Amino acid sequence: MKYKAQIMDQEGIRRALTRIAHEIIERNKGTEGLALVGIRRRGVPLAERLAAKIREIEGREVPVGVLDITLYRDDLSTLGHQPLVQRTEVPFPVTDRKIVLVDDVIYTGRTTRAAMDAIMDLGRPRLIQLAVLVDRGHRELPIRADYVGKNVPTSRREVVAVRLVEIDGEDRVIILEKDEGPSFK
Amino acid sequence: MKWKRKDLLGLQDLSAEEIALVLDTAASMKEILSRPIKKVPALRGRVVANVFYEPSTRTRVSFELAAKYLSAESVSITASASSVVKGESLKDTALTLAAMGADVVVLRHPLAGAPHLVARTVRCAVINAGDGFHEHPTQALLDLFTVREKKGTLAGLTVAIIGDILHSRVARSNIWGFTKMGARVRLCGPATMMPPGIEVTGARVCATVEEALEGADVVMALRIQKERQQEGLFPSLREYTGLFGLTRERLALARPDALVMHPGPMNRGVEISAAVADGPRAVITEQVTNGVAVRMALLYLLAGGGAVDG
Repeated sequence: MKYKAQIMDQEGIRRALTRIAHEIIERNKGTEGLALVGIRRRGVPLAERLAAKIREIEGREVPVGVLDITLYRDDLSTLGHQPLVQRTEVPFPVTDRKIVLVDDVIYTGRTTRAAMDAIMDLGRPRLIQLAVLVDRGHRELPIRADYVGKNVPTSRREVVAVRLVEIDGEDRVIILEKDEGPSFK
Repeated sequence: MKWKRKDLLGLQDLSAEEIALVLDTAASMKEILSRPIKKVPALRGRVVANVFYEPSTRTRVSFELAAKYLSAESVSITASASSVVKGESLKDTALTLAAMGADVVVLRHPLAGAPHLVARTVRCAVINAGDGFHEHPTQALLDLFTVREKKGTLAGLTVAIIGDILHSRVARSNIWGFTKMGARVRLCGPATMMPPGIEVTGARVCATVEEALEGADVVMALRIQKERQQEGLFPSLREYTGLFGLTRERLALARPDALVMHPGPMNRGVEISAAVADGPRAVITEQVTNGVAVRMALLYLLAGGGAVDG
């Protein structure tokens, strides 16, 4: 894959998350009954960052959980091998809570569908909202994000790579382009 | 690390990395067992056939529940209530199940190598749930999982296995498993029940139970099969208990934080005293819980995927 463009830098990510944190508080009228759940992998550090920002703004602690959606994927039986299953750690009761799912990119919406099913298996939340750093379009399901860091129109041949300090050692969002097969033009 | 095998036949041919992948996956599965609703959709539409030519409670129920928690369909066949009594061969039974669409065949059989024969016969995955005196890999994996969970690691630990080693597939699989993961295995039991040449596996044979227990991190008592007494392998149960029974006094030789394990079913008062079996160091009931998590991990790794050609 080859590098195409940078769409967010460190400051851009920070500002987007600050705005989303404010929006979450505003929409939910505070932090009462609120919980953030990061979708593995890069949704997890993003959820932790949002919780830290909410703490700064409101002075209230919001619980953070981690969701692994592997067992809920709709393509398990078609993949050649089994993807690694990691732990789900949601250390609070989900029932009657307002759950904000956090992911880095929303694309087809299939991950979000799996994440909602995974949450529902843990209990009956009062509501589920979705926060993403990047919305790149091309939805295949009737799903939309409630909080979006940046809308980025992309083509299907492109890949949006969110790189975060906690995992990748740097904060930025870039677009890559998939290598094409041999060209016969 | 990706899982590439069609079958799980024994721990002798698994690598340390493959064992670690199963244990890591089982750790994720264990979280599901703690939920109020123990069900995930991962293996929807898959079929697991449990074929048991020998009696079993925990292994069979454990596989059935593991399949159900992953949303797979599960059927169980016991040899006494099937076409086996009409003389159908193992191979034909396996082909019949595969033809009905089984994705995984879980097989327990009194003859060593039976699962290997079936694995060569059918395209679907085969899990060895115990074959003769050869291997019982899922039991060993749940033992490894339990020890790793309690001790944080397996490398460098000393594991003492006490009892009838000769007739124990659990012992053989555990020797392979613990040794591959960097633990040291000591064996002790009546000389008539110690297979000659077992040292080639890397395990050390101890002359006395005291020698085996000294400083051990894990103590595993094996079930003494009462019918072995009729074969003249030991004079009496009382003598066996006197020489090899796991009592509080003997357990005091092991490390103060040593784990006490037993693959079940237990003969209380024979190979293990009730006080030890119910004592604070015993993890025997946790072994049973972990068995479900480990079997979920194996069903997930073996039954998933599109093409599982060997």
